[in-house]
Amino acid sequence: MSKALLYDATMCIGCKQCEVACAQQNKLPYSDEIAAESVQSEHKYTVVLTKQEKFMRRLCMHCEHPACASVCPVGAFHKTAEGPVVYDVWKCIGCRYCMVACAFAQPKYEWQSLNPRVRKCIMCPDRVKAGQQTACAEACPTGATKFGERDDLIKEAQSRIQQNPSNYVPHIYGLTEVGGTNVLLLSSVSFETFGYPKSQKLGDTPLPEYTGRVMSKIPDFIPLWSLVLGGVYWITHRREDVAAAEAEEKKLENEDGAR
Amino acid sequence: MNFKPTLWKVVFVVIICLGIYSAYVRYAHGLGAVSNMSDQFPWGIWIGFDVLCGVMLAAGGFIVTGAVHLLNIERLHSVVRPTVLTAFLGYCLVIVGLFFDLGRPWFIWHQIFYRNPHSVMFEVGFCVMFYTTVLFFEFLPNVLERFHLHTPLRWVKGIMAGLVVAGILLSTLHQSSLGALYLIMPSKLHPFWYTPALPFFFFGSAVAVGLAMTIFESSLSSRAFGRQLELPVLIELGGVLLVVLWVNALLRVEDFFHRDQFANIVKPSYEAYFLWLELALAFVIPITLLSFKKVRRSPNGLYLASVICLLGFVTNRLNVSVTGFETWVGHHYVPKLTEFMITLAIIATGFALFGLAVKYLPIFPEVQSAEEVEAPVEVIASNAIPAPVFVEVENAGD
Repeated sequence: MSKALLYDATMCIGCKQCEVACAQQNKLPYSDEIAAESVQSEHKYTVVLTKQEKFMRRLCMHCEHPACASVCPVGAFHKTAEGPVVYDVWKCIGCRYCMVACAFAQPKYEWQSLNPRVRKCIMCPDRVKAGQQTACAEACPTGATKFGERDDLIKEAQSRIQQNPSNYVPHIYGLTEVGGTNVLLLSSVSFETFGYPKSQKLGDTPLPEYTGRVMSKIPDFIPLWSLVLGGVYWITHRREDVAAAEAEEKKLENEDGAR
Repeated sequence: MNFKPTLWKVVFVVIICLGIYSAYVRYAHGLGAVSNMSDQFPWGIWIGFDVLCGVMLAAGGFIVTGAVHLLNIERLHSVVRPTVLTAFLGYCLVIVGLFFDLGRPWFIWHQIFYRNPHSVMFEVGFCVMFYTTVLFFEFLPNVLERFHLHTPLRWVKGIMAGLVVAGILLSTLHQSSLGALYLIMPSKLHPFWYTPALPFFFFGSAVAVGLAMTIFESSLSSRAFGRQLELPVLIELGGVLLVVLWVNALLRVEDFFHRDQFANIVKPSYEAYFLWLELALAFVIPITLLSFKKVRRSPNGLYLASVICLLGFVTNRLNVSVTGFETWVGHHYVPKLTEFMITLAIIATGFALFGLAVKYLPIFPEVQSAEEVEAPVEVIASNAIPAPVFVEVENAGD
């Protein structure tokens, strides 16, 4: 059973208490200027966006099958049993493949640093492991960000849409996108308005499957291809040996004939 | 040896100085200061050109060693050394490039200790590591012969068959895997370039580029050092290149057809312009040129066709790594001047090292060149050094 966050944009009042709590939890700077920034960055893991009096949070989606963890050559990312996708800075070599691979463009980089780290929401793994809720969910005054079991939150989201169909886009974002995520979103306007990728474009296939289809062939490919290459070498050089031996024989025959 | 400052030497020194300055900015102020990479564009030309194109341009190594040692095509034997040299230099420079691009290059060895077998990058990293080692041994005979070390030379020649097979295996894997790097981004990469066939296209284009590069470097070194391959060999390579280009082109067309992209391709758009450029340079122009027997049989014609073909596939790699992401990101990425300078300095270093190797190692078959014959005569005339000194100098350089 994995934990998840349900963010209901219709309940959000845009107070940015989640931003403040996130900054405190992750020891990030926070000021009026940073509060006014409407993009995620290495010092802002989550942001509350405002568009025509509507709000929307952006944060790492904590995919069930995270692309970042799949592509990292040194395994610096991994999905914990509780749900959070966490990052081990020690392993990281800074190739930034995670940033390129993430369909939600969540990992951010310390571009100005001389020993840069990848930064993103890690869903307060220590708190979650200790049975607490995430800092943002705890700080939310209206319950717009809610922490709980993923299955329970899905049921709750479904019932909210059913009870108030006029209030919502009839879709739980994150339920099936790229194989499902541990952050679920509800909204009254389309998710693309706030920069979320279109669900149809993302598809329901877990992203690691696209590479898995190729990578899974490699263990069979290596011995087969080596065998073919070795075989070709043997045949082409065998031909040479045979030709040489035949020439030798002919020479001997001729010598015999001459004698 | 003469130290006359020619135009190219001056250009080289300027590029290297600017490169050193950019390297200083990179290590003193970080990636943000030296490049235009950002959270939206985490990979710039250091990946798109230095790595993707670098590995592709070095593909000649496995194709030519395979043709000569594996298929036993003896008449191509003279091509092996220059292509192995290019490949070895190419891979070394790709690794040098990574030391600029990686955020934490001092931890590059983590690759060996913390392995993630699901990662395409992990596979590419290991293949590049092993293949550079293979290329080192394939290159070693040049050095051993130069210093007349016959015993180790015999050892290396004894394991050559194994090296060649390993080289082809590793190259097949990582040339295609560079394309597989992009398979995980179906929603981000533009449909002109995102296709499940990416690994096949990357491998196919590497074969074409490997051949084109062999023709290119032979023509270039004939201009610069008066050393080159025999024309019949180049003509044969040109013929094979034509076939490989046709196969590549037909597969690309089939893929566009299969994914219903034809209507989008002919419609003018930002991406379409770049795709047209790529297809024209990689396929239309070189295939047309090489189809004429007259072009295929002239050194200049072959040179021109191979250069255009190389530019085409470089465009292809940059389209996959940069152009294909611009719509998704919503803005353009143009490399910073310092970013260009590092790439240019790496290329310049490659050319210089190739020149040095050709000069001092038995890379090309003919040893005596027009330039070398001329030089001593000139010196004798001007300085009137006694002839015996010359014999010594000549021996030292041979």
